[in-house]
Amino acid sequence: MKIAVCVSHVPDTATRIKIGADRKTIDSAGVTYIINPYDEFAVEEALKTKEKLGGDSLVYAISVGGDANKESIRKALAMGVDEGILLKDDTQRDSFGIAHALAAEIKSLGCEIAFFGKQSVDFDNSITGQVTAELLDYNCVPVVVDFKLEGSKIIAEREIEGGREVVETELPAVITTQKGLNEPRYASLKGIMASKKKVIAEKPAAQFSNYSEIIDMNLPPSKQPGRILGTDSSAVAELVKLLHEEAKVI
Amino acid sequence: MANKILAILEQREGLLKKVSFEAASVASVLAKDLNLEVEAVVAGSEIKNLNEISKYGIKKIVHLKSSDFENYTSSGYTEAISNYAKEVNAVCLIMGNTALGNDLAPRLAVKLNSGCVMDSINLQVETGEIIATRPVYAGKALVKVKLSSGIKVYTIRPNVFKAVLSENSDAVIEVKEISSPNLRSRVVSFKKSEGKLDVAEADIIVSGGRGMKGPENFNLIESLADSLGAAVGASRAVVDAGWRPHREQVGQTGKTVSPSLYVACGISGAIQHLAGMSSSKYIVAINKDKDAPIFSVADYGIAGDVFEILPALTEEIKKIRS
Repeated sequence: MKIAVCVSHVPDTATRIKIGADRKTIDSAGVTYIINPYDEFAVEEALKTKEKLGGDSLVYAISVGGDANKESIRKALAMGVDEGILLKDDTQRDSFGIAHALAAEIKSLGCEIAFFGKQSVDFDNSITGQVTAELLDYNCVPVVVDFKLEGSKIIAEREIEGGREVVETELPAVITTQKGLNEPRYASLKGIMASKKKVIAEKPAAQFSNYSEIIDMNLPPSKQPGRILGTDSSAVAELVKLLHEEAKVI
Repeated sequence: MANKILAILEQREGLLKKVSFEAASVASVLAKDLNLEVEAVVAGSEIKNLNEISKYGIKKIVHLKSSDFENYTSSGYTEAISNYAKEVNAVCLIMGNTALGNDLAPRLAVKLNSGCVMDSINLQVETGEIIATRPVYAGKALVKVKLSSGIKVYTIRPNVFKAVLSENSDAVIEVKEISSPNLRSRVVSFKKSEGKLDVAEADIIVSGGRGMKGPENFNLIESLADSLGAAVGASRAVVDAGWRPHREQVGQTGKTVSPSLYVACGISGAIQHLAGMSSSKYIVAINKDKDAPIFSVADYGIAGDVFEILPALTEEIKKIRS
């Protein structure tokens, strides 16, 4: 079976965001980019699925963006992914633009299952997997914390408010992965060396005009530091009084 | 016939969720500003409190009904709701940014050839166009977004928009039976988690961090949460250490929350954590290190020992609540 895993290349979560001069993007000077943390769970689940299926299964890591994204594709290769594909586009695409490019490639490769991180920790839309699935007319289970594939049947548990939904569906499908699904493996030294030699295929990303336009980016209003009421339990009575009478939240 | 804006409601176990009232209210306000007709649409089996939606400016409620819709089915709900939206020429859909909304909204958008904006915290009309404000980078920045597609889909963050009561409160409920819904993908069961409340929905959250010293001490957090009717949250450090389940994690690789009150106990305030909770209305920090970054976002702080302060605080809250 051909298995796709879609990866994005995002600012490290420790990044302190500065707004760019255009007021529509961030100032990327000095920002470290990493593979999207949720995508590591997707890579791990793709590799586990390949190992379980055996035979001549292949895992493709696909990313949409500029040359810099190759770094995250290489990280997936180092973990054990077979092939890397960069769908090249240096412009900023919205989730729909990214999904259109991915759907076209997944279709042309003939992948029956595609794993995505449940969201990219940059724009946090958390929809690229669902949109890709719908474009391909694949089934989709987002935010998965437990995944079983039996023949062509999928039994997946997804996280919702107050618990987990157990979803049954069939291949072909898109699964988006949540923390807790698995423990992503570390790249072995051998894997890292091998990934450096691999050629990442480059193709132009399928054309698409964005549906959404960012008209302004700003920092959230900054908060005035509050009051330290004390250093021991003698401050508790005042705290409760303030919450009750001033903030009126209890 | 005027074009329509639809509030897509969400029910679980036959009851509408709170965010549905917020979505109905937002849709009513936008309908007025844009001179559109507003309707509420819900997919489900039996729904007990459907008529309550009429209090929020909705005059017509469409119930897409099937016994197979008791539980969520992404394929079934998507097909039924998108067909209805096409039938009535809907130009805009509003729904809650919940687990269901997150799954359903993008699928509806594809079916309707539209774009969607997720997790909006403000929606307003400027020169005839809807401008959405939403957090990015887990709340470290905010963007204003405009959709260029003919039909527009928005999800709203729960607890941010107020459900405003309207004067008129009469609504027609139209039931449309959905025969042979698409069940390619469906929920077969639900496993309830142990915690009483989910951080994503709670109005008050009490969170613990590494300063709690071990999982065995989280009973102090749970007692305080119980006294406040709050959900228990956790920092990434304690989730990664295995002290607490991931569903409780607040922050950039957990949940981004905006409750009325957030009580951070023994949490120093890593940038990823602050991003996920600093839009809370009121923040209380309890931490023995007075220089901890958490105090920079807190409204009220006690720079002391959580093991001394938490039991005293729980007692004091119980007193005021009784």
